[in-house]
Amino acid sequence: MPRITRKWELFPGRNRFCCDGRVMMAPETGVFYVTVCLIAGTSGLFFAFDCPFLAENITPAIPVIGGLLFIFVMSALFRTSFSDPGVIPRATPEEAAYIEKQIEVPNNGNSPTYRPPPRTKEVLVRGQPVKLKYCFTCKIFRPPRASHCSLCDNCVERFDHHCPWVGNCVGRRNYRYFYAFIVSLAFLCVFIFACAVTHLIMLTRDNKPFLEAVRLSPGSVVVGVVCFFSVWSILGLAGFHTYLATSNQTTNEDIKGSFTSKRGQESFNPYSQRNICGNCFYVLCGPAPPSLIDRRGVVTPEYRAEQERVSEDCIVTDKTYGTVKIVQPQSNGVAVPISGSDDTGSTNNLVSNHQRQQQQPHSSPHVEPMNGNVVNNSSQIVSNEVPLASLNLAPIDIDEIEPLPAPGIRQTGCTVLSTAGLESPGLPPVATVMTPLSASRLRLLQDTTMIESALDLDSLEEASIGRGSQAGLIKLGAI
Amino acid sequence: MPMSNHTPLEDMSAGRGQGGGGPPQNCLKVYIQRDYSEGTMVKFQTRFPSELGDRLDRQSFEYTINQLNNYFAEAERASCSTYCEGCLACLTGYLIYICTETHYEKCLRKIAKFVSEQNDRVYRPRGLLLTDPTTRGLRLIEISVLDRPAS
Repeated sequence: MPRITRKWELFPGRNRFCCDGRVMMAPETGVFYVTVCLIAGTSGLFFAFDCPFLAENITPAIPVIGGLLFIFVMSALFRTSFSDPGVIPRATPEEAAYIEKQIEVPNNGNSPTYRPPPRTKEVLVRGQPVKLKYCFTCKIFRPPRASHCSLCDNCVERFDHHCPWVGNCVGRRNYRYFYAFIVSLAFLCVFIFACAVTHLIMLTRDNKPFLEAVRLSPGSVVVGVVCFFSVWSILGLAGFHTYLATSNQTTNEDIKGSFTSKRGQESFNPYSQRNICGNCFYVLCGPAPPSLIDRRGVVTPEYRAEQERVSEDCIVTDKTYGTVKIVQPQSNGVAVPISGSDDTGSTNNLVSNHQRQQQQPHSSPHVEPMNGNVVNNSSQIVSNEVPLASLNLAPIDIDEIEPLPAPGIRQTGCTVLSTAGLESPGLPPVATVMTPLSASRLRLLQDTTMIESALDLDSLEEASIGRGSQAGLIKLGAI
Repeated sequence: MPMSNHTPLEDMSAGRGQGGGGPPQNCLKVYIQRDYSEGTMVKFQTRFPSELGDRLDRQSFEYTINQLNNYFAEAERASCSTYCEGCLACLTGYLIYICTETHYEKCLRKIAKFVSEQNDRVYRPRGLLLTDPTTRGLRLIEISVLDRPAS
């Protein structure tokens, strides 16, 4: 009997699949095993050292509650890690060609500057303008709230963040599992900590020295210490995600400040159900969206041919896009060349442009905006160019190209520079993300999530930066 | 062997196709995009594409799209029963999803059936082919004009 090929084997993203496509995870799963070992190990010690004593001296309900909580935590964790976060399948070659044709701007040959087509599209969601960005990897205009995860190389619907602890992206499909995991883990952690402390206190009751108690039950001490240090971050994270669920936001949107009012313009969350309970219910118990990537489907010859055409197209179009230096949205008028050279052809030129542009951020025009209050100085846009054709890299998501702010408006500039090495598996990951974040945001981000480097920070909007007079922070994150 | 270990979901994905091996390549394709004006729920634009003007009348096109929109609205409606389903799944530690199908998946099955029925009744006799939006990631509806080459 011929072996059946299933669609996950030809999946274009970088995910790892197990059990013949039933299980889907991020490419790096090391931290996930640490999480599992930490939870299972701590709970194991609790069940071995504390449970027998407490069941005998207090109530037999303690091991039962602990066991139920533990099962719930593990099942929510495995659900989060092993399910599809809501990956949006990539465009078929025909669809990509169609979008290409739609966004193409007629380019008259005698024009001195090459004007690349606009890469964003604006739609109104409940009267609120939302920018849809073109994804160069997936060849689609990303739906609202979707974002491209650079680690898994997929666009994910309602992208929250990429969580290395659970070894998967957190998106539309597994956010509820993730939330259940975080909240139940907070309960488990507090419960175990309380039990371990109670055990130790009861052991020292009859005027016995503390060291005697430690000698009697060394496991309780270990459990107590582990829980003491982890409970704070877990409680913080649970609180943060409860806030997000009640306002129907994602971590990504909260950090970018997508729904904060900017420039005196009223802004609200157009996806909200307008009341706290409605949001909670919709996010956590609403209709469960289906997986769109059909990873267990059987590969037909047509499907295989289509996939091959997609990969061929990728190489061709990369060459075309590789010459795009500055991208500007249509609404802002004329394109401004940075490098001053309009040659778009050869690889050598690209290399030199790239180097020139890389140096720019260290010169004054790019540092000034971060200290705030620079009027109208953000017409410098850095695009990240790497000679794609010569290095034969994976397709690059040119997200970092930010639209220019409208002239005459007083605001701080936001410059995001990132080298393309981020996306290429062969090169050392030296992504230099220069994003001015407000101090409190950055603090919150690091405190609560511990995932700052894995977030999609590609399009920080001015709102999150221009608030108040805090000096912007320059964040150099190596991913 | 491969037939015996099919789960219900796989049957559905197998039934997603058009029976005759999927839409052909190298022919003109018309795309109906998503309408995001009311949020991220699945809804398609009902603007009639001019490319189909000589093949299809506006009414039957609008009927198809509106019907599909209704099916998706039904699938994503935040009703009491879906909330109960979600809460119940949560209480069982999401283990229930191993053995049951969600409301959304049932609706997708209905949609696949509707698409193939529309193909047989309306689209195929006029040289057109409707592709199930589920196979395109719910991003768009693809209508292939079978006897016109891609421009």
